[in-house]
Amino acid sequence: MTQTRYLQLSGLEPLTITPETNFVNIGERTNITGSKAFMRMILSGDFDSALGVARQQVENGAQIIDINMDEGMLDGVAAMTKFMNLIASEPDISRVPVMVDSSKWEIIEAGLKCMQGKGIVNSISLKDGEQKFIERARIIKRYGAATVVMAFDEDGQADTFAKKIAICKRAYDILVNEVHFEPEDVIFDPNILTVATGIEEHNNYALDFINATRWIKENLPYSKVSGGVSNISFSFRGNDTVREAMHAAFLYRAIQNGMDMGIVNAGMIEVYDEIPKELLELVEDVLWNRRSDSTERLVTFADTIKAKGKAIVIDEAWRSNSVAERLKHALVKGITDFIEIDTEEARLMSDRPLDVIEGPLMAGMSVVGDLFGAGKMFLPQVVKSARVMKKAVAVLTPFIEAQKKAGDSKNAGKILLATVKGDVHDIGKNIVGVVLGCNNYEIHDMGVMVSADKILAKAKEINADIIGLSGLITPSLDEMVHVAKEMERQGFTIPLLIGGATTSRIHAAVKIDPHYSGSVVHVLDASRSVPVASSLLTKESKASFFNQIKEEYAKMREEHKNRRDTKVFVPIEKAREQKIAIDWHNSDIYIPNQPGISIFDDFDLNQLAEVIDWTPFFNTWEMYGKYPTILTDEKVGIEATKLFHDAKILLSKVISGKKLTAKGVIGIFEANAENDDIEITKPNGEKMQLHFLRQQNEKTQGQPYFSLSDFVAPKTFGRKDYLGSFAVSIFGADEMAKQFELGHDDYNSIMIKAIADRLAEAFAEKMHQLVRTLYWGYGKSENLSNEDLIQEAYQGIRPAPGYPACPDHTEKRLLWELLEVEKNTGTQLTESFAMWPASSVSGWYFSHKESKYFGLGKISKDQVVDYAQRKQHQVEEMEKWLGPNLNY
Amino acid sequence: MPFDIEVYKFIKRILIMTIATNKSKSAIASALEKRILILDGAMGTMIQLYKLEEADYRGERFKDWVKDIKGNNDLLCLTQPQIINAIHREYLEAGADIIETNTFNCQAVSLEDYEMQSLAIELNHAAAKIARLAADDFTAKDPSKPRFVAGAIGPMNRTLSLSPDVNRPEYRTVNFDQVKNAYKEQVKALIDGEVDLLLIETIFDTLNAKAAIFACLEVFDEIGVELPISISGTITDASGRTLSGQTIEAFYTSVKHANPLSIGINCALGASAMRPYLESLSNSAACYVSCYPNAGLPNEFGEYDETPHMMCEQIDDFLKSGFINIVGGCCGTTPAHIKEIAEHASKYAPRKPKNN
Repeated sequence: MTQTRYLQLSGLEPLTITPETNFVNIGERTNITGSKAFMRMILSGDFDSALGVARQQVENGAQIIDINMDEGMLDGVAAMTKFMNLIASEPDISRVPVMVDSSKWEIIEAGLKCMQGKGIVNSISLKDGEQKFIERARIIKRYGAATVVMAFDEDGQADTFAKKIAICKRAYDILVNEVHFEPEDVIFDPNILTVATGIEEHNNYALDFINATRWIKENLPYSKVSGGVSNISFSFRGNDTVREAMHAAFLYRAIQNGMDMGIVNAGMIEVYDEIPKELLELVEDVLWNRRSDSTERLVTFADTIKAKGKAIVIDEAWRSNSVAERLKHALVKGITDFIEIDTEEARLMSDRPLDVIEGPLMAGMSVVGDLFGAGKMFLPQVVKSARVMKKAVAVLTPFIEAQKKAGDSKNAGKILLATVKGDVHDIGKNIVGVVLGCNNYEIHDMGVMVSADKILAKAKEINADIIGLSGLITPSLDEMVHVAKEMERQGFTIPLLIGGATTSRIHAAVKIDPHYSGSVVHVLDASRSVPVASSLLTKESKASFFNQIKEEYAKMREEHKNRRDTKVFVPIEKAREQKIAIDWHNSDIYIPNQPGISIFDDFDLNQLAEVIDWTPFFNTWEMYGKYPTILTDEKVGIEATKLFHDAKILLSKVISGKKLTAKGVIGIFEANAENDDIEITKPNGEKMQLHFLRQQNEKTQGQPYFSLSDFVAPKTFGRKDYLGSFAVSIFGADEMAKQFELGHDDYNSIMIKAIADRLAEAFAEKMHQLVRTLYWGYGKSENLSNEDLIQEAYQGIRPAPGYPACPDHTEKRLLWELLEVEKNTGTQLTESFAMWPASSVSGWYFSHKESKYFGLGKISKDQVVDYAQRKQHQVEEMEKWLGPNLNY
Repeated sequence: MPFDIEVYKFIKRILIMTIATNKSKSAIASALEKRILILDGAMGTMIQLYKLEEADYRGERFKDWVKDIKGNNDLLCLTQPQIINAIHREYLEAGADIIETNTFNCQAVSLEDYEMQSLAIELNHAAAKIARLAADDFTAKDPSKPRFVAGAIGPMNRTLSLSPDVNRPEYRTVNFDQVKNAYKEQVKALIDGEVDLLLIETIFDTLNAKAAIFACLEVFDEIGVELPISISGTITDASGRTLSGQTIEAFYTSVKHANPLSIGINCALGASAMRPYLESLSNSAACYVSCYPNAGLPNEFGEYDETPHMMCEQIDDFLKSGFINIVGGCCGTTPAHIKEIAEHASKYAPRKPKNN
């Protein structure tokens, strides 16, 4: 039986620290010795502000908060007791565990006496001898807390590697063997001491800490390592730029070596990769004691840069307005800081809690809606407003529940949303849900991969007024048709909204609308969803809107039919005769450096963050424009910049906290084309046929009819060629999004998914680069900027099954088999061949210099019959999967 | 080498500890390995049936007491011991393996309501003795089914994590040391009265429970005897949290240092609403898991009206799911409930504690 001994802590909620948890941030700002501002609050008795500091830390991501009341002018026991008791009344603070921090035992004990959960004592040590150490450890055990053990003994602080590990070993043995302290509850602090003091003996302090950390993790089972990070840079007080760089560089290495947690001011760490190269080198020279003059060099450099001055000026004038005004302000500005108290105040002034929603909150939201409609607010802001709204509603909900007998809440209508069966993409749907929710619609979101029967059963159960379907991949279009047919069969009459990236007005008109006698409306984006829903449900406009849409779609069908008739398609045989003429005799064939499969378990997110293409990120938020010019755009620039800033913050949290994992698999295999198929040799020597389609839409004289299979040397040419493939995914976004949703934070829930999507794309781009320059190696000499990469200014392509050049999603199954994707990365395929997790990219690698992306366009029945035969599928089956590409 | 009195004391302590630990812990722990143990049902509900009046509560000894004491059920161990004895025996007859002493409120702090704080030790001791005799009688009748006495340690009528005054959130009516000391007194007296285990129950504020645990551990250390500790919290509403705001997982983490014999949920919710929380405990607990729900939720008259049959339908699901090791009843349950629960439980295997 393998033992799992994890450090388990709790506030109101549990915190279990497993090997996967990675670095745990301990908030340091409620420490009187570290924060002048906090000290002033406590000394002046301003405990409300002090609580605000604690709350802010938790909101900013501190997983544990350190509380220290060591100050000569203060009754530490009384202050600790009062602050701990106050925290107990603040669930949004006390949900996290507390670290009671003091050099005085009686203050520590005072803290323990007010601690409901399992916290951490900071700290005990052998400073006062073994007997005191044992006695205190026993008492801590009796209170049920974990403890930090400082590397201190009767002779003082351990400052060298040898002393650090000797003391930690001694303390560990006493705790585990004599006191029977659980080893996982022992957290060592091997002393982070200040470097660059000008004293030579101090030069190795950082390295000594790192080495001691590694030794402890290797030799003292289950124990943990923590430390106070800001000490390291104490010599550079006042120069935040240098300090932040030092913290980031130090932590980067310390975490790699096993540091589990640290007392950190999250606002005082630069992102490692964002540290300017020159500064980073100087800082690392100092930290890792790389040269004798490193301190002077850093000091000289530090004098040349001015601290950035990070103070944020907050305008608090709005706080003096009426409560209704304050609620409106908070909603429009997306400020959550005061929403709970303001809502509570409004509730106390109202007859019914519902009045607060129907009154000031809805008034505020309608301002938001108006501004959004007028293009003066942008989607990210609206989602932030929704977050404020949700928090306010959460305050009121218990009271509303209690008063429910007094009458049901009125809302504009119930809307059921779902991503259809087989599809996992939900960012757009979530945005629509938020926007509609803001407009007083009651949203029932069934999530992703929801089958038609479930959707319709739920619609009946809740008596939905509208059903909204979403989907991103092409097979979802068919599933939507299926839902529409089912609605008709089951006698539904309520409107059906269609949305998602592959959907279109023309598809809704031609393929869906004829099957359902109720309203079918394609909604282009979230901002259109409100007027559409309102037209469909408002008594006065309902009938005319219904007629208008039905007529419009009927007209589109008619036009579509006529337009289609004008196009000419060549028979597949003829198209094959006019394939692209590649001169294989004069073509380079590249033998891969690393043939076969390569797996990437945990690709460095930092490297991916560097190559993110941000333009589509802004599109996700319905801000259209190119990055980086969008940041200075006259209209959306300011909001785009804010959005970008928020994204960067979340991204750096994700990276430093290792919240997401990038897993991928690539492979390069022997391959030759045979007609429109490519025969590929699997690593075990077996052959496998991949199937591709060819353009048939008549071209002008001399233009080729493309098929991807043309880019691999044909069998008839008689030389081995190669084809690559890949599947990459970002894991963890869904879990994070759920966490955010639990905190009523749709903004970050959507944000994390959008970021994960970007990382997955960046991962695909990065892999492609590695394949070109290294694994396959045909592009060794390329040296491209990020901009060039986004412009795809390189040789070779990576088309994805299901996308324009090879629109057949079912080929993904072969790709999965070839790379053993599920086994190697855990990425799965749904029945509609969507990839799960949703932030995934897969595709083929073609190396030939003439290979290029193209759109297949429509194809004729002769090719479909031929293709079905090649794939050994029924023609009807293939027609279903290729639906959008059929010219008949 | 001269014989050192300290060495002698030390050896004696080790011996007592070994014997004490072996005696009670192995007996109840080995029973728990084999089968699901049945805990008794409500004491209060049963006492109500006797329709006792102020004079009955007072008896001869407290006839001139300065305060009204009707409702001080714990006092009945002194003034109406035959009633408490009879109730214990009814539950034992119904099949209970474990009976709880009538000491839910027997802490000096709680007894202040009746100005009876000075009686805490005497009450606990008397209650333990009554239960001990009843249990031993039944064990003697059928040694293959040993009966155990759990010293009931309630949550106290004052709380360490919540302020009674919304305008002074930092204010507390009582502090940790007062609570701990009151519990110490109770724990010592229960151990003196020869209970087999200590049951810290109906916990709505984990900090009070932590003070009780602290008291137990300190008493064990002082007297050199260690008894198993069982812990049972109360989820107050559908939020799935204790009254003081903890999730069930956080609650378990906070009391794990007691190295409990069992962890569980009792009281507030009826059995059906307990399910998700019980499941969560069952999935994670390294110790045994207990559950003793109320007979449903109180109706408009504050009465509990789930019949034994109704209650067992839900408990059957827990048994089938392999969630529990100890099962019984809380408010509103009667010997009839316990009898039916015992019959159901006998058909199922006990849950295996998780190895972590």
